[in-house]
Amino acid sequence: MTSFQWQSLVPILPEITMAVGAMALLMVGVFRGDKSAQLLNILSIGLLLTVLGLILGITPFTLTTLNNALITDSFSQFGKAVIAVGLMAALLLSHRDLREGVMGRFEFPVLVLLSGIGMMLMVSANNFLSLYVALELQSFPLYVLAALRRDNAQSAEAGVKYFILGALSSGFLLFGISLLYGFAGTLDFSLLAGTLMQNGAVPGAVIGMVFVLTGLAFKISAVPFHMWTPDVYQGAPTIVTSLFAIVPKIAAILLFLRLLNGPFAPLTPDWIQIIIFLSIASMIWGALAGLVQQNIKRLLAYSSIGNMGYALLGVLAASPEGTASVLLYMTIYMIMTAGTFAIILSVTRHGEGVESLHGFAGLSKTSPAKAYALAALMFSMSGIPPLAGFFGKLFVFQSLLESGFYIVAVIGVVTSVVAAYYYLKIIKIMFFDEQQESFDDAPSSQARYFVAALSLAFVLFFIVNPNVLMATTRIAAQSLFG
Amino acid sequence: MLATLAFYVFSAVLIFSAAMVIVVRNPVHSVLFLILAFFNAAGLFILLGAEFIGMILVIVYVGAVAVLFLFVVMMLDISFADLRKGAVQFIPLGLFIGGVLLFQFYVLFQSWQIAPSAMLNITTPSLSGEEELTNATQLGRILYTDYVFAFQVSGLILLVAMIGAIVLTHRQRAGVLRQKVAEQVARKPSDVLEIKKVETGSGVE
Repeated sequence: MTSFQWQSLVPILPEITMAVGAMALLMVGVFRGDKSAQLLNILSIGLLLTVLGLILGITPFTLTTLNNALITDSFSQFGKAVIAVGLMAALLLSHRDLREGVMGRFEFPVLVLLSGIGMMLMVSANNFLSLYVALELQSFPLYVLAALRRDNAQSAEAGVKYFILGALSSGFLLFGISLLYGFAGTLDFSLLAGTLMQNGAVPGAVIGMVFVLTGLAFKISAVPFHMWTPDVYQGAPTIVTSLFAIVPKIAAILLFLRLLNGPFAPLTPDWIQIIIFLSIASMIWGALAGLVQQNIKRLLAYSSIGNMGYALLGVLAASPEGTASVLLYMTIYMIMTAGTFAIILSVTRHGEGVESLHGFAGLSKTSPAKAYALAALMFSMSGIPPLAGFFGKLFVFQSLLESGFYIVAVIGVVTSVVAAYYYLKIIKIMFFDEQQESFDDAPSSQARYFVAALSLAFVLFFIVNPNVLMATTRIAAQSLFG
Repeated sequence: MLATLAFYVFSAVLIFSAAMVIVVRNPVHSVLFLILAFFNAAGLFILLGAEFIGMILVIVYVGAVAVLFLFVVMMLDISFADLRKGAVQFIPLGLFIGGVLLFQFYVLFQSWQIAPSAMLNITTPSLSGEEELTNATQLGRILYTDYVFAFQVSGLILLVAMIGAIVLTHRQRAGVLRQKVAEQVARKPSDVLEIKKVETGSGVE
């Protein structure tokens, strides 16, 4: 038995820092009470900045640590950096609501941090046991956050619904893992890949993989496992919805990439059918069901379902190019979503956030800056050329065509045109519809304008120098294929 | 011989009590049958040589979970008869889906293969020749070494569960009268008493 080496903890230094920091902040909160919620929020953002520095500071050699439980490589480094940025954006968006009232709970930033640790560990998971515990660590705080507004029946419903369906999906995942273990006798990704390679597509292993993918599809809300998304997005407090929309799906999509190109690579012909179905169903349902929504949060839920469909298209290619396109797509989508929520949160009437789609009528007259910013983000989401959203879709479709999935690509383009209708409808309502009631005059929080401005700058100026981000995603994708 | 007999007794009672859990009308009886089922499952584990899991099953499930169930059943006023009324119409559908699933798993089990290299893949705990270790020792050896990561993250999950339970249930209510000893002791007569000189023949205003 070898003695303990401190070096074995270096690869997960960011997560350890975050865990220790979250617990220290929890202690501060316990002694200072809910009044310190905003202070904790600022400290959490500081902590995340430190963690981001650590993530970028560690040289991305491919390393496994803690008895092969975790792997760190360029892929996980990229994922963790994006997750840290997303968490910072989500915390900045929530800063104002933490001041007082029902949402003024000091636990909010702590729970966000703990969930963030789970997401980062998911990206680093190297066997099914660490995958499962990381996934649960990521989900549990989100269940609590969804139900945070206890005085609101919808919020409680969202929490319960999310919890029960999340538990069900964990059940699927565990059942699949147990079948895989029963076949291969190991939970380790690389050993499993080797065993599957030797034995081919054995029914037991394939069914195990199907259950694992089902469990994960719940997490990224791909059709037909999307039922919870609209209700949870609508019921949860808007700052929590923005968190749901911005970060957790990145971790889940990256997990998809790692699993499908790692342990399940020998089963590629089998999982391709599943991913094609999930992706086409998500794109079609996300586009069609979004058309009739009257609530902006519900609409964004369907938009996120559709966007997961596009991200899965890039997974289909099963190549470094496809993986890089997914990483790029998810990064751009995250930044656009953060900006969109920053503006939605800053439009209020009688102190309450506007949620009805028609409530945005006349925004262009009272606050043109917000209206133009939201319009630019919506154009980007629908994929209008010079904006960032277009490039996300472009590279996904490109990698898809290179791999020869022509029909799927055509369906993707058609549904993206259909989905453009509801993005453009928001713009039409803001600019051309008659205003019913006036909006609040008081300016919203500086932090939200900051996030909106950054997001807008990214969307508008991505075209100027796209190569930096693209090169980074390519390096990250390469490390997965080693 | 005795072990075989014990196996059949435990299994028979386990299946019987599991069935009773969902059949009996009185929810308290159903929880009691659940406890009986847990005890028998623990017996089966001990027969398998997994005495640690057997004991944990009794301690955790009987000691904590089942007692919690009993509390909930007795504290909440749920009419189980009413709940059942709605469920009856779904029984055929449930039986159909259950039957299909059972058939599918039967087919899967029939064609089940174990990879030839599975035995090599299984990581055996480092026993170093001592075969007669108890379950608890063996688990302890790998839990804090090979599986320390999963162990630590489980700890974080429990922390989240604790925070979550407090966030969702604890609230500060305004207008509740509490005893504040320090303030009560520090109270001076001048804070609360007003001494007035009352003139003869006139009242206090």
